[in-house]
Amino acid sequence: MRYMMLIYSREGAELSAEDAARIYAAHASVMQDATAQGVLVGAEPLAPTSSATTIRMRQGKMLATDGPFAETKEQLAGYYIIDCKDLEEAKEWAARIPTSCYGDEGSIEIRPLRGVSKNA
Amino acid sequence: MHDIRAAAESVFRAESGRIIATLIRISGSFDRAEEAMQEAFAAALISWPEKGIPQSPSAWIVATAHRKLIDYSRREKTHREKADSLRYETPSAIVPDHLINEETSMHFPDDRLRLIFTCCHPAINQEAQVALTLRTLGGLTTPEIAKAFLTPEATLAQRLVRAKRKIQEARIPYEVPPARDLPARLASVQAVIYLIFNEGYAAATGDRLVRNDLCNEAIRLGRLLCELLPAEPENPGLLALMLLHDSRREARSVDGKLVTLEEQDRSLWDHAAISEGMALIERALRLSRPGPYQLQAAIAALHAEAGRAAETDWRQIAALYERLLAMNPSPVIALNHAVAVAMGVSLEEGLKRINILSGLDHYYLFHAAKADILRRMNRMEEAAGCYRRALELATNLVERDFLRRRLREVEMHGEGT
Repeated sequence: MRYMMLIYSREGAELSAEDAARIYAAHASVMQDATAQGVLVGAEPLAPTSSATTIRMRQGKMLATDGPFAETKEQLAGYYIIDCKDLEEAKEWAARIPTSCYGDEGSIEIRPLRGVSKNA
Repeated sequence: MHDIRAAAESVFRAESGRIIATLIRISGSFDRAEEAMQEAFAAALISWPEKGIPQSPSAWIVATAHRKLIDYSRREKTHREKADSLRYETPSAIVPDHLINEETSMHFPDDRLRLIFTCCHPAINQEAQVALTLRTLGGLTTPEIAKAFLTPEATLAQRLVRAKRKIQEARIPYEVPPARDLPARLASVQAVIYLIFNEGYAAATGDRLVRNDLCNEAIRLGRLLCELLPAEPENPGLLALMLLHDSRREARSVDGKLVTLEEQDRSLWDHAAISEGMALIERALRLSRPGPYQLQAAIAALHAEAGRAAETDWRQIAALYERLLAMNPSPVIALNHAVAVAMGVSLEEGLKRINILSGLDHYYLFHAAKADILRRMNRMEEAAGCYRRALELATNLVERDFLRRRLREVEMHGEGT
């Protein structure tokens, strides 16, 4: 089963060169291992929420607003999609993904992908 | 026919947990397993009067339910081949061919350990863990669980549906966790069992019989855990703790009135349960890997050992609370420790420790404990004040009744001096 791992963390803090290197190395190691095992489906960081646009359809008309859908402390910062045997395996991968770019905050939300079959 | 029904019911009572655990493994689905088991029991009521009760009734049930599962998956396969609209991938519930063999199911393996770890998986919220454990391993019906937890039946049913869906959709594995995860996962299983016990033991409201059932069920699950994972000393620790508390069931309320440990008629205690609990905790402690359940059981054992309240070894109890406090620094444990110090060392020393506790101002037992020490020190007016504060906070009718009686006592004494 493919699981999407949504990385939530706080935006805006300046990272020290050391922290940035540590976080980069952690991501690189997850991606390398998952690629080597042939289970990495995709992974990418997102640009900050200042670049986000939210679209709603209201009475057939499109409404576009600046910013993310919800104002919360932690923002969606990136994602991984990894093919795992079960939730336990997904948790192991998730535990290796650096959750925060700032302090020890942040979290990973693990969501199974439902998958719509191609010949539908 | 009556005998057959009774036989089927006793198989259900004793074996349904084990049967359902195996059927879930085979089918990969809680719902299908439940449905197949129900149908198999219904089939038993038709077949057994004609052909006699089989030699191993539970193996018969498993084999019959197994055939039902094969039928379901065949039906589903046909259905799927016919369907041509939008299809989602659903986890397959097809029974592998090698499992379609009645010989193997005659000696079906014990899957209850997988089941209990799955029901108590931390990705499921605790209320649902409790409900699912009672429903599957306990064989309790949804209305029975709802009644015991004073929860509307619809809410409880919804909780069960959501938990089962979560297991299916997130693919929570049906397995015993690997060694490195075992301590944390086992702790969540133990927490669920203890919560079931306390739900039955602590609250005096609701149907007494249903409440006792919950205690019995928790003890049964505690025994199961000991049987399945005997090398983990916290398992006998938990079982001992529940047995020792439960041994006082008959003595702790008389005519609906709460009787304190000190005032209980100790001849009403269940001495068989006490001996069993004592033996368990002694054996567990010998493994030298103490944990919170073992320490609490050891404390309960010291109370149980005392022939009269005055013979209680409070110093030893205080020492055990101190160890418990080191493991789990919580103000409630600190309060218990202070009470033990008051009883074992000196009332002044205990009161001093209570007075420095913080964060318990909204906990009625904090004020009740303080009141009790002040009462023993003959400081009746202060005691009355604390009982009044405790009364403002207590919600349970039996406990309120107890506090009111105590308040009257100290008020009367206060007038006398």
